[in-house]
Amino acid sequence: MRRIISAKVRNTSGVLNRISGVLTRRQFNIESISVGVTENLDVSRITIVVSVDSDFQMEQLIKQLNKQIDVIKVIDMSADSHLERELALIKVATTSTNRQEIMSMIEPFRASIIDVSGQSIIIQIAGSSEKIDALVDVLKVYGIQELARTGITGLLRSSIK
Amino acid sequence: MNKKGTELFIDSLLDEDVEMIFGYPGGAVLPLYDSLYDKKIPHILTRHEQGAVHAAEGYAKASGKPGVVLVTSGPGATNVITGIADAMSDSVPLIVFTGQVASSGIGKDAFQEADILGLTIPITKYNYQVRKVEDLPKVIKEAFHIATTGRKGPVVIDLPKDITLDETPVKKIAEVHIPSYQPNYMPHPNQIKKVVTAINQASKPVFLIGAGIHHSDGTTEFRELLENSKIPVVSTLLGLGIVPTDNDLFLGMGGMHGSYAANQALMEADLLINIGSRFDDRLASCPESLAKDKTIIHVDIDPAEIGKIIPTDIPIVGDAKEVIRLLNKETFNTENYADWRDTVKNYQTEAPFTYEETVEEIKPQRAIELIGKITNGEAIVATDVGQHQMWAAQFYPFKHQNQLITSGGLGTMGYGIPAGVGAQLAKPDKQVVIIVGDGGFQMTNQELAILEQYHLAPKVILINNHSLGMVRQWQESFFNERRSESVFDNQPDFQKMAEAYHLKSVRLDNAETLEEELIQAFKEKEPMVIEINCSPTEHVLPMVPPGKPNNEMIGVVKR
Ligand SMILES: Cc1ncc(C[n+]2csc(CCOP(=O)(O)OP(=O)(O)O)c2C)c(N)n1
Repeated sequence: MRRIISAKVRNTSGVLNRISGVLTRRQFNIESISVGVTENLDVSRITIVVSVDSDFQMEQLIKQLNKQIDVIKVIDMSADSHLERELALIKVATTSTNRQEIMSMIEPFRASIIDVSGQSIIIQIAGSSEKIDALVDVLKVYGIQELARTGITGLLRSSIK
Repeated sequence: MNKKGTELFIDSLLDEDVEMIFGYPGGAVLPLYDSLYDKKIPHILTRHEQGAVHAAEGYAKASGKPGVVLVTSGPGATNVITGIADAMSDSVPLIVFTGQVASSGIGKDAFQEADILGLTIPITKYNYQVRKVEDLPKVIKEAFHIATTGRKGPVVIDLPKDITLDETPVKKIAEVHIPSYQPNYMPHPNQIKKVVTAINQASKPVFLIGAGIHHSDGTTEFRELLENSKIPVVSTLLGLGIVPTDNDLFLGMGGMHGSYAANQALMEADLLINIGSRFDDRLASCPESLAKDKTIIHVDIDPAEIGKIIPTDIPIVGDAKEVIRLLNKETFNTENYADWRDTVKNYQTEAPFTYEETVEEIKPQRAIELIGKITNGEAIVATDVGQHQMWAAQFYPFKHQNQLITSGGLGTMGYGIPAGVGAQLAKPDKQVVIIVGDGGFQMTNQELAILEQYHLAPKVILINNHSLGMVRQWQESFFNERRSESVFDNQPDFQKMAEAYHLKSVRLDNAETLEEELIQAFKEKEPMVIEINCSPTEHVLPMVPPGKPNNEMIGVVKR
């Protein structure tokens, strides 16, 4: 099961090390991990995508993370209605003849071209991981030279009361 | 007014009522050692940093206060790793100051630099590196708070050398407030109600008690609860002493080398009330079978322990003492389980801990039994790890909180002598008995040097079975008697080792005169190494083989 954990943590120097340490020590596979500050500069949000075998495992992981002194709050985002986004930059080989074609291929993905040179272009896409996977598939035939993905970040939707 | 880092260090420790520091000097901590020269806080110079950290553990367990350690950077710091891991495992509050190279050298592979922050993240409750001298007082205050509250544990403070020399204006520091760290002491009243209902519906309830009760200082309250509830009780290794061994409801230690009665009771119970233990695999070698067909109540101050090993029906997050206090306000239908009390009591009379007596050789079990008798069960007992440790647990009649000082979770050989020394320093007027094997003795005996220096008088009982007994036992039981590297063909002359440390010593070889000779030895006011030449073939029994349910013990001898 793929699960997304969102942890608010105190912005201390060792915090990322500590969090990833909990995951490796308890033998969880991290698919992606992303970190950035929140509205409060002393607080960071760490978003972790893991695959777990059971709800029990997930509960254990959340407890172990919550136990860390620097952890303010941990939630299993995948359990609730949430938004998740990832950003990817994809460098694709181009020739003068196929550039137009690529442009039209990426359009449905709402991706954009952010850099152009003689032999390649760099495409930027933001969205769910599946959407990025799909675009990567489409672009493979042209020859992907380099790919950089940020890993997922996300927020819970506001609940409607 | 400006003060230097070293002065702030001393001020902060005095503020925390630190009675003594265990440590070992070196380059990175020269400024701190200079500040100790004035002896505002006594410093105990152990002979190895591992000794310092185990001594601090022994001190902490015997006194109930946090132990403080100071060592230098690099090798000084890596030498305390074992003790820190040990303290983490057994929730022992420690503050470990490690020197660090000057800030300008950090990350540049400077002389004696080790990444002690990185190394200790997984084995500390928390750790710090002080980056600015003005942070030092706050960091120390926080560290003491974290080490001694909630589930206790070790905290490391890494101190770069230049920080200890820098100056800063003295400021009053605010009370500690860490929003992300708010341990919960008070249990939820609804959960307490559920416990009462569960007990009153049970026909076969049993208490399982562990170190959490020592840590919360809840022994008196638990004994009261026992009076009120009349529920039979099983202890973990680290829970020994909470209930006096001769209490009618006490079934002994449970688990791998626990008693037949304790293990039967754990399996047959319909209600298991775990207070302050963590279902460690030495207790619950087969958690599925232990949990089967019963209601599980688990009280722990650490929410992450609840449900970790065994699914819990009534989880209670809170301080053991607070939970017990609330339960003491209730009344229980103790007659409901009167038959059960008889059943488990019969198990106990049927199969107590035992050994075969002989005059041919000294049985280690008998030696420990005699020491229990001679000290009237009043001594603080520090053990090392191995067979002698289990025999101490089985045959010493513990009766006080924090009376047994032993390495439970990590099982650290080399723990006994330094931990015993630390316990003796904490309680100079108490009789301390250090029980150690011939293997473990050779790991940390250098700390015997401290005894003369500080006029400490523990009795060091060296159970010499000429082997790494516990390893030999497993090889004899599970590896076709292939005693791979577990038998000593050559041993040092332990008598001469004692003499070298200016300690009195005796070697006891004769089973017939053992009791008399032990009585004589314990009459001595001085510290003493009492080497007991024991049977080299004994096994610790009975035993739950690894992975087996608690009621499948081998080596149970029924009367
Ligand atoms: C530091 C360390 N190394 C190895 C072990 C594994 N071990 C557990 S018990 C034991 C034998 C201990 O022998 P001894 O000190 O003579 O005590 P005995 O079992 O004979 O009473 C060993 C090697 C350990 N627990 N700790």
